[in-house]
Amino acid sequence: MTATHNFGTSPIRAASTADTFKAALYVTTATVNAATTVYSSTNEVSGTGYTAGGITVTNATAPSSTNTSATAGVGYWTPSANLVYSTVTLTTAFDTVLIYNSSQSNAAVSVHTFGAQTITAGTFTLTMPTNTTTSALLRLSTT
Amino acid sequence: MIITTTKGEMDDSLLEKREGSIDNDIELTTWVEYYHEGELVHRSAHVTLKTSPFTNLVAASMA
Repeated sequence: MTATHNFGTSPIRAASTADTFKAALYVTTATVNAATTVYSSTNEVSGTGYTAGGITVTNATAPSSTNTSATAGVGYWTPSANLVYSTVTLTTAFDTVLIYNSSQSNAAVSVHTFGAQTITAGTFTLTMPTNTTTSALLRLSTT
Repeated sequence: MIITTTKGEMDDSLLEKREGSIDNDIELTTWVEYYHEGELVHRSAHVTLKTSPFTNLVAASMA
């Protein structure tokens, strides 16, 4: 979590700051899934108040890991604030959010799906889970 | 309460409010809709994800 994607501020990669991550929404007809490797504007939602590329993910908490050199564990990370798309109108149904690394050629990080939604002059909020080993948004088994 | 609508800001006393929710293994979602004379003028939704079915860290490694 601090190599290709630098969620924290002490990465292996030659950088001293965390990368910037963004969250883009996709319509129900989009093919965005575990095979997605990079952000694309194809089938991204569009509408009043929404900017292509989505919103910046608040990342004030570095990833955590429970493993030591001798034991396996879990690496985990959760955005430090909910994803909020304020005062938007998105009339085409959408059901997917892609989190991607805009500092690393828009490389995909994760895809999350939910029931189809539309928004009319309103706010779409994705509440982030508690940042624990069992509920964090991103969880990796380590060896 | 003032509601942002497609017709501008309106007092909720002028609007019909409808609410709903979904609760399953994937998500807890709630939404609120406001109608003015039968027309949808505001809809907001709030999704809480419970699982990450397609989480896929690409070329990431642990440090």
